[in-house]
Amino acid sequence: MTGRGLLWPRLATSAGLRTGDAPRGPDKADAFRRTMMPHMDAAYNLARYLTRDASAAEDVVQDAYLRAYRSFDTWRGEAAKPWLLTIVRNCFLNSVGGAPERLAGRPVHDYVGELPAELIESTTPESQLAQKDEASMLRATIEQLPEPFRETLILRELEELSYKEIAAISQVPIGTIMSRLARARQMLADLLLPDIDRKARS
Amino acid sequence: MSLHPDKLLLIHGLVDGELDAANTVAIETHLKSCADCRAELEQIQAVRELIAAAPLRDRAPEGLHKRIDLMVDAEAGPAPRAPAVPHRPFMPGRLAWAGGGIAAHIASGRWASGLATGVIAASLALAVVMPQLAHTDMEDQLVQSHVRSLLVGHLVDIPTSNRHVVKPWFNGKVDFAPPVPDLADQGFPLVGGRLDYIDDHEIAAIVYRRGLHVINLFVRPARTLSLPGSVVVRHEGYNLVRWTAGGLEYWAVSDVELGDLKLFRQVYISRSTPVA
Repeated sequence: MTGRGLLWPRLATSAGLRTGDAPRGPDKADAFRRTMMPHMDAAYNLARYLTRDASAAEDVVQDAYLRAYRSFDTWRGEAAKPWLLTIVRNCFLNSVGGAPERLAGRPVHDYVGELPAELIESTTPESQLAQKDEASMLRATIEQLPEPFRETLILRELEELSYKEIAAISQVPIGTIMSRLARARQMLADLLLPDIDRKARS
Repeated sequence: MSLHPDKLLLIHGLVDGELDAANTVAIETHLKSCADCRAELEQIQAVRELIAAAPLRDRAPEGLHKRIDLMVDAEAGPAPRAPAVPHRPFMPGRLAWAGGGIAAHIASGRWASGLATGVIAASLALAVVMPQLAHTDMEDQLVQSHVRSLLVGHLVDIPTSNRHVVKPWFNGKVDFAPPVPDLADQGFPLVGGRLDYIDDHEIAAIVYRRGLHVINLFVRPARTLSLPGSVVVRHEGYNLVRWTAGGLEYWAVSDVELGDLKLFRQVYISRSTPVA
């Protein structure tokens, strides 16, 4: 997998990089703050849904910002948000000790026509009762989507990134992103929408 | 599932505004004539509305903002140093630790900032030997170590307010015995101890608190050439207070008020059992 090499750009710790024409010290910090800090909510939101844990999410984001700062010299002015989120995603994988394959998931067709057992279980009437309101139930449902689908859904629906940007972050072809997104929405529809809305589909 | 699975991704693409003109026209035409695909479209829209209506997007907590801000400060450092040059090429190792900070103050023109005259005289002599190359390396490292300790949730290796636990913990980890007095009644509760690295050497860090602020007290053996005097400096928004006693050299680093940090030094010294 060459992805790690690409996405962990050279860390700017070697003397060679520091001697380049890249801004250093205060200038670099200023530029970094201007471009990357505005996306901290996005970084945290993605980390929050990947880790499903508030404090783990903070650790991931902090780690991501440190790495982002150190490799800021390799940022070439492309869209800042996807650049940063790529690092967030990598830091998450790093934190769970996962290989990049982890978020690659099974091939999409493996999921078609079957819902993961834990998803079905989580929406039994009892657990629905326990869920105070619709929003927290929706959140819980999203959090239980399998990782690749959850990631794609969050990046599209909450971060409003394009297919192309999501594909770059997740390191898969656009077609895969489209399939994952369709499947993620289908799962949510099956779990959350009243049957009456779906009668045409049976 | 829709009767037209081949159209499914196009419907999603349409909803997401990802289709080019030709595909948009094609799928819209198809939707007009296909009730199944229209139902599919409605379902996608229903899911999207559900998501859009709920407050699902998390915002980064304030504390995280602050920590990352501090981290960028710490990473940015005070000034770029010449990369190809070793940190202190002309400084004998022993001299470096003691003289680095002060020499840098002289070099950077901040020498008038309240140092005792004797210290200035001594430092001037050092400054001649070690010009700009010294930088504020020692202070940099101390402040960065302080900031790091706050950042990574690794403030202490041994978290305890019991001084009888902290002191022996250092035993066998460093080859000196830093005093760990209990200063809680003076408003400086003990948090714990940590092992850190400064100048590639192990250094003991004893962690106290003042209110919500953390005070890192770095301790290591005083070098033969180290200056006996006390030093008070402000660096990168942090206060540093240095003193030597009983053959050990102390640096207290914190963002508390300078007055508080001086008080800390005072009570620490008065509570430490004289080693000599």
